[in-house]
Amino acid sequence: MLRTTPFHARTAALCASHAWRRWAGYVVASSYELSHSREYHAIRSAAALLDVSPLCKYLVAGRDAACLLDRMVPRDVSRAGIGQVLYTPWCDAAGKVLDDGTIARLDDNVFRVTSAEPSLRWLEANAAGLDVSIEDTSEATAALALQGPSARDILEQACGADLAGLKYFRLTPARIAGHPVTISRTGYTGDLGYEIWLDAADALPVWDALVAAGTPHGITPAGMLALDVARIEAGLMLLDVDYVSARKALVASQTSSPYELDLGWTVNLGKDTFVGRDALAAEAARGPAWRFVGIAVDWDSFERLFAEAGLAPRVPLAAWRTSVPLYAGGGQVGYATSGVWSPLLKQYIALAHVQSRWAAPGTTLEIEVTVEHRRRRAAARVVKKPFFDPERKRA
Amino acid sequence: MRPYDAIVIGGGHNGLVCAAYLARAGRRVLVLERRERVGGAAISDQLFPGFTFTVYSYVVSLLRPEIIRDLELPRHGLHVLPLESTLTPLANGDHLAQWSDHDQNRRALARHSPRDAEAYDEFGRTLHQMARAVKPLLGTVPPDPASLAPGDLASLARLARHFRGIGRGVFHALHKLLTMSAADYLDEWFESEALKGTKSASGIIGMLLGPCSPGTAYVLLHHYMGELDGVFRAWGFAKGGNGSVSAAIASAARARGAEIRTGAPVARVLVKNGRTTGVALESGEEIRAARVVSSADPRRTFLELVGEAHLPGELVEAVRRFRFRGASAKVNLALDALPEFTCLPGRGAHLRGAISISPSVEYLERAYDQAKYGEFSRRPYMDIVIPSMIDPSMAPPGKHVMSIFAQYAPYHLNGGWTDARREALGDAVIDTLAEYAPNLKSIILHRQVVTPADIERDVGLSEGSIFQGELSLQQLFSVRPAPGWSKYRTPVEGLYMCGSGTHPGGGVMGAPGRLAALTVLGERP
Repeated sequence: MLRTTPFHARTAALCASHAWRRWAGYVVASSYELSHSREYHAIRSAAALLDVSPLCKYLVAGRDAACLLDRMVPRDVSRAGIGQVLYTPWCDAAGKVLDDGTIARLDDNVFRVTSAEPSLRWLEANAAGLDVSIEDTSEATAALALQGPSARDILEQACGADLAGLKYFRLTPARIAGHPVTISRTGYTGDLGYEIWLDAADALPVWDALVAAGTPHGITPAGMLALDVARIEAGLMLLDVDYVSARKALVASQTSSPYELDLGWTVNLGKDTFVGRDALAAEAARGPAWRFVGIAVDWDSFERLFAEAGLAPRVPLAAWRTSVPLYAGGGQVGYATSGVWSPLLKQYIALAHVQSRWAAPGTTLEIEVTVEHRRRRAAARVVKKPFFDPERKRA
Repeated sequence: MRPYDAIVIGGGHNGLVCAAYLARAGRRVLVLERRERVGGAAISDQLFPGFTFTVYSYVVSLLRPEIIRDLELPRHGLHVLPLESTLTPLANGDHLAQWSDHDQNRRALARHSPRDAEAYDEFGRTLHQMARAVKPLLGTVPPDPASLAPGDLASLARLARHFRGIGRGVFHALHKLLTMSAADYLDEWFESEALKGTKSASGIIGMLLGPCSPGTAYVLLHHYMGELDGVFRAWGFAKGGNGSVSAAIASAARARGAEIRTGAPVARVLVKNGRTTGVALESGEEIRAARVVSSADPRRTFLELVGEAHLPGELVEAVRRFRFRGASAKVNLALDALPEFTCLPGRGAHLRGAISISPSVEYLERAYDQAKYGEFSRRPYMDIVIPSMIDPSMAPPGKHVMSIFAQYAPYHLNGGWTDARREALGDAVIDTLAEYAPNLKSIILHRQVVTPADIERDVGLSEGSIFQGELSLQQLFSVRPAPGWSKYRTPVEGLYMCGSGTHPGGGVMGAPGRLAALTVLGERP
């Protein structure tokens, strides 16, 4: 049967919608309330509490721990300081992305790796001959995300420490309700926010302490539907939705390189060696064939399609996760993989793969829109990601 | 009355498929079946009042989707119900379960090995790609690689183009799979003994070979090629048992004008001046037709029905050497209640899937060791389904039927098969299974044991070989059943073959019947 997370006793009691979603073999709430709307707005206006325990987590330790991770990922892990967190994809030998996640340097020779898919076998395959231990801590470690403008105030109160000094993508040990936790200033919403890593056995008292500290600030448990809107606004991609792991792809055209996913900034070709380096160096030299871009649908054009059918425009209030064709110059030039109406930006936005020549911001494309069972096309524009990038995220 | 255009010998699934395709093309066709009923080894029988037994074959997967479509089998009563799991009980009271749901399966495997749980997806992807690579072969009349005839060259060129398109990685993986043993191949992927044991079992089905014998990895792939609803590696249970598969095909054949006569054993194929002119029944009746298609296996077709006098010596030699070596037995049970497995008590979903007694590769190899020297396995490999859990109409309410496929039970048993030896085999199967389900012996209402000798006598499959000849590499594709005779034709003009002894082989697949019919009709598949 499907697993429940260490917070299930709390989340199940709150889940008035009875809407659950699968995530990596666990069930998590799609939304707690009947609509995800208030949960989304909590992320942007107060603080949302999200159960992110289903993430895969590994503890990599030993003299060669940094060496292993440097072999595996395109970012420079050795240069990360203690307490630093790196977001990174990792690739197969052909330079195609297998998965993406974070690497947190907990100590000189101790790292926590998170990934979307189980990665024990891949870590071990790359550890041949190295002095390193790899422990799958996915079940033993619970994780919460506290995201939103009030997140810092709530967390400071819950752990009784000043977090002003905790910079973006840094972490610190702390205690909540007497239980040891690790707080990292990371998240999947593109807002001010933190992720809290703890022993699964301490899950309920830590949840309770955060809710108690957060209630005066409007803390709101939020489900996956709210998170999906926020992560699209933040321009953050999702495995199996926006890209296919090279491990699962049945044909080469399903795979993507970091360059093709707009993650060229994570690729450090100055490193001697890492899996996929040669292929990526060659691709960097010739330029990627595809790009992963933001798309904004032109409102007037969109509205006109509905008006022609005698209807008011209907926008997607929940994120969609299907492949939607994009056209330019008389043919299909790409496809959007996630899209949603941004309640904050008042704009219909999408994440999309487009051929490189159509990827420059400002390029005009057309996106397929189904209006009353008929396929139409609305004008759309390539825009810079993230769609929403508040100063408080880093400040 | 118009004379028959073609006579099909044997009303098993391939004979029926062949007849249906010929009738569909407007030919006047007669099927002659020795027994009183059609179906061959795909029959359902009420051997005990109220209990329907899937006497021989018992699951469907390999039945070609194009046949289901072309013959509109669902309209003729075919209803395939899903088999969603495989349970492997272990001696220590634990179990390994494989589920069709990805998350559930991953979790079940991770309990034994998190690495295997991760490797499983990649293994599945690789076999999927290889099944895709090999799939066109199933629908192709095998070309003769040594021939320069335009038809052969064109067919070889098409295959070459196809294989060039599948990519290096898949090609190399295929090379391994064609040459390795199932055990060695699985060792490259997995570490859990129970998983390797259960997966390798697919490589030994119907073969007098152990999981460590080279060539068994291919049989693993052969069983992976089953497609249901477009998904490879999907197995199902035909509502009513596999007899309803035969009934659906027979109905489709009749609807298209084919005649089917049961209780009409053919004594010989009539040959005059190197051409067939029809058949003679055991009753002495002669029936004329310009074309005769035999679904009997190569030995029966050539050595019994045609006779050596009409055949080149080379072919006679090849047919004599063609390996059958039946190794599989069936034990069919009527049960008063459900078996209670120690490892997973109660009436769970696991009883709606397959139950595999294959705790390790070593277990299977030891079972083979005994068969190698002419004994049946004291502790055999088993593939079990409880059809009444999937289709309640198979047994009275609250009662059950159990189908146990067991290996090894070699046709060439030391001293030969007798009633006593048959029941001793049945006892070994029940004793072994009762180690995992202790209440088994107390709930048996009726037991039927089927040995390879029984299969040969009752169904007419030589040496009880369920595939009409081993699926070993020297007997596949362009050399099945014999070099130069892989295209369903024979040295006797007008005589064709359409049984599992021809390409692509056995399983309730129907592909030989279809390809033979298309050959008779002069159509390219």
